[in-house]
Formats: sequence, structure tokens, C-alpha cells
Amino acid sequence: MGGAAGYLGSLMLTKKMALVGDALGHVALPGMGLALLWGFNVSAGAFVFLLAGIFLIWLLETKTELSTETLVGVIFVFSLALGFLITPRPDLIEALVGDITKISLTDAVIAVIFSLIVFFAVKRIYQRIILVSLSEDLAVANRINIKKMNLVYLLAIAAIVALGIKVVGSLLIGALVIVPAAASRNISQNMRQYVCWSIVLGIVSCVLGILLFKLTGFPAGPLTILAGVFFFIVSLIFKK
Amino acid sequence: MENILEIKNLSVSFNNEKVIDNLSFNLKEKENLVVIGPNGAGKSVLLKALLGIVPFQGEIKWKEGVKIGYVPQKFLPEKNIPLNIEEFFKFKKASDKKIKEALKRVGINDLSILKKKIGVISSGLLQRILIAWALIDGPDVLLFDEPFSGIDIEGEETIYNLLAQIEKDLNLTIVLITHDLSIVYKIADTVLCLNKKEICYGPPPEAITTESLSRLYKGGIRFHEHV
Repeated sequence: MGGAAGYLGSLMLTKKMALVGDALGHVALPGMGLALLWGFNVSAGAFVFLLAGIFLIWLLETKTELSTETLVGVIFVFSLALGFLITPRPDLIEALVGDITKISLTDAVIAVIFSLIVFFAVKRIYQRIILVSLSEDLAVANRINIKKMNLVYLLAIAAIVALGIKVVGSLLIGALVIVPAAASRNISQNMRQYVCWSIVLGIVSCVLGILLFKLTGFPAGPLTILAGVFFFIVSLIFKK
Repeated sequence: MENILEIKNLSVSFNNEKVIDNLSFNLKEKENLVVIGPNGAGKSVLLKALLGIVPFQGEIKWKEGVKIGYVPQKFLPEKNIPLNIEEFFKFKKASDKKIKEALKRVGINDLSILKKKIGVISSGLLQRILIAWALIDGPDVLLFDEPFSGIDIEGEETIYNLLAQIEKDLNLTIVLITHDLSIVYKIADTVLCLNKKEICYGPPPEAITTESLSRLYKGGIRFHEHV
């Protein structure tokens, strides 16, 4: 999952959507709240709210002339406020920073399957999305359906946010996607290196976070992100 | 020669404002058309309509099976985007041989450029890369949007010579947008003066007159014909 998140993140950085993962993490909060309240799967609750959030942003985007960024901003604080009210107080910390001990074997297997789906979906659209980010005109002239690409892309982000949110929580999910990619960008000369490093650092951060959790007992979510940031700092030193 | 493109009553509007108003013309195979006009005259929009990027009314009919290469005006990759030139060509699933050929066409023989990041090369070089990129799948038509903008005079000369050479070697149909009148005489079989509507159309010596230019630029420019 860390790998898929890193991979997706590498795409989000090139599309200047670094903070969308963050914002969507917050959009998921009311869904997690409801799931915790009624005792069903947190990822499922998050995913439903993410889809609703994305749909709402898309709808407002076509109806108003505001930028996506502005709309994401509005929806994200709205969800955050709603999420705080819905989520039962004792579970709030779990929703915000994640709780890896609550993840069952079934959850883990599902997470792996969905991560693989996301991975291959992203792989299919990767080059085309990069071309869109370079020049939309050139992309359309080369018969790329931007709307379809963006839909697949947003769904992939929603899926990864929903999966990752259990481990690192709603506040930190953005970091899980962005930090490995940011570190890779510092040290990469081409796309192949960039993609490889993003995936590797995504995986290593997660593994390291979980190991540190076993050793220290601190929550795995923040530890995973800290591991990622550590690699980011190292990457600054090796910056080419 | 057969028509490669037929345009009938083409209009494009943005927010109820007409950007192109009732334009009709044909383009023959191997014909070079240069479109001139002031800023905001709808030149780029015309190209985008031809490519199907913007919605339009009227009729745009390309010859069946025609392959179109396009070099856009705005292409500004981020400086540190981790994408090298080779990977950029691989987007088109091009073989190494094809890439080499296309680069040679635009006067690049030093293949070490393939390993350079796309965001760090000069704008003149990037323009040539984009032309090679457009050429790589063997188009019948090349559409250029202001290929000389943002490049120094020397670079402009290079690009112009390249175009002339490519035109000669590959015998393509070229549609080119420019604000540089001197290009018109060098490359155009036909010139279209566009300011939302057609102001003049035809072979350059006939179409470009002081009268048509003053209508095109609303009297803001004077033009002395090259002898």
C-alpha cells in the first residue's frame, strides 16, 4: 500500500496536486466518524464520503467558475467541521492519526488487493497524465480524453486515501502520498528513477513506521510519516 | 491537388462572444497556409478548432485518415520535472531509430540530449524537440502555433530554416500561425489574414496590401512590401 501511495504521489506532485491528498483526507473524516459510530468498516465509510466529496467538487466546478483549489478548500473545512461533530470523542484520535492495531487480517488482504488495483490503474494512465500536465492542448491533440483520465486519477486518489487512512489517519494521509514523491524528486534525473524511488520510499517508510511502532508503542501513523520525512531530509543532502 | 481540409461557416464562441466569425476556406494537399492577425484575433483558437480541442459551429472536414502533427504555443514544463527527453519521446512509443531520425530532421545530432531533463533545455531547443515530437509518427499535416515566439533572432532563423527543409524533404502540408509578416513571404503559398473574420485570403502578393493590413491591424501598422 505504501508503494501504491508513493507511486500515486509521484503523479500528484507533477500535476501540482500535492495538497489534494491532504484535503481529501479531511473529506473522509465524517465518513470515518459515521463508520466508528455505527461500527462498520472505516475505509468503506471514508470511501463513500470521498466519492461524495469528489462529486460535489466536480459539480460545483462545472456550475461555478471558482478554481478547483478554492472548492476543495471549502469542502475540506466543511467536512472537517462535520467530522469533528460526528466522530465519537474517544475515537477521535484514532480517526485523526490512525490506529494500526485495529486492522484485521481481512482488512490487510483487502488493502493489498485494492493497492494493486490502484497501482495498475495508475500505471495505465501515468504517461498520459504527465502529458496533460505538460500541455493540455498537446494531450487533447493526441486524442487523450482528459475528463476520463481525471476521473480514473481521482478515483485512484480516493481509494488510496480510504485505505491509508486506517494506518495514518485523516490528518496525515496527505503526507503518506506526498513525502516519498517529494524526496524522490530531489534525487531523480528522469521519470524511471523518480517512479522507482517514490515506490521504494513509500514502502520503506511504512515498514519502518510499523517496526518503530512495535519497538516504541507510539502510534504507527505519525511514525510512518516521520520516517518519510527523515528520507526527505536525507534526499535534500543528496540533491542533484 | 485534392483538398486536405474543408472549412465551411466556422464560428467559435466563448461565453457568447464570437472569437471566430463565419470563416470558410479550403486547404489543398502540400499547400502551406500562414495565418496572420493581431493578438486576440482568434488565430490559436482556429488551430484548436482544427484539432478538435475547442467546440465550434460550422463544418471542419479533414481528408479521411489524415495524420496531424501539432506544435503548441504554450509548453512550459516545470524546471525540475523529472522527465528526460528520451522518456518524452517514449510517450509516443517511438523506437530508438525513429527518435534518432526525428532529431536529425530538426538538426540535433548529439544524442546526449536524450538524457537531459525537459525543463532545463533552452526554449529554442525545446521548440525543435517539439517539432521532432510532432514529426515522429509521420504526419501529413503540421500545425504550428507561433513557432517563433519567445525565441531569440538566431533561434528564429534556425527554426525557420528547419521548417523550410522539413517542408522540402517530407512534402507536408503546413499550417502556421505567426505575427511575423516576413515569414509570410518566405513560406506561404496562401495567407489568411484573420481578425475574427476573414480580412484577406489568397497568395501573399495579392492578399497582402496596405489596405488589407490596415484593416487587419486597424491602421496600427504600416507595411512596406519586400521587393
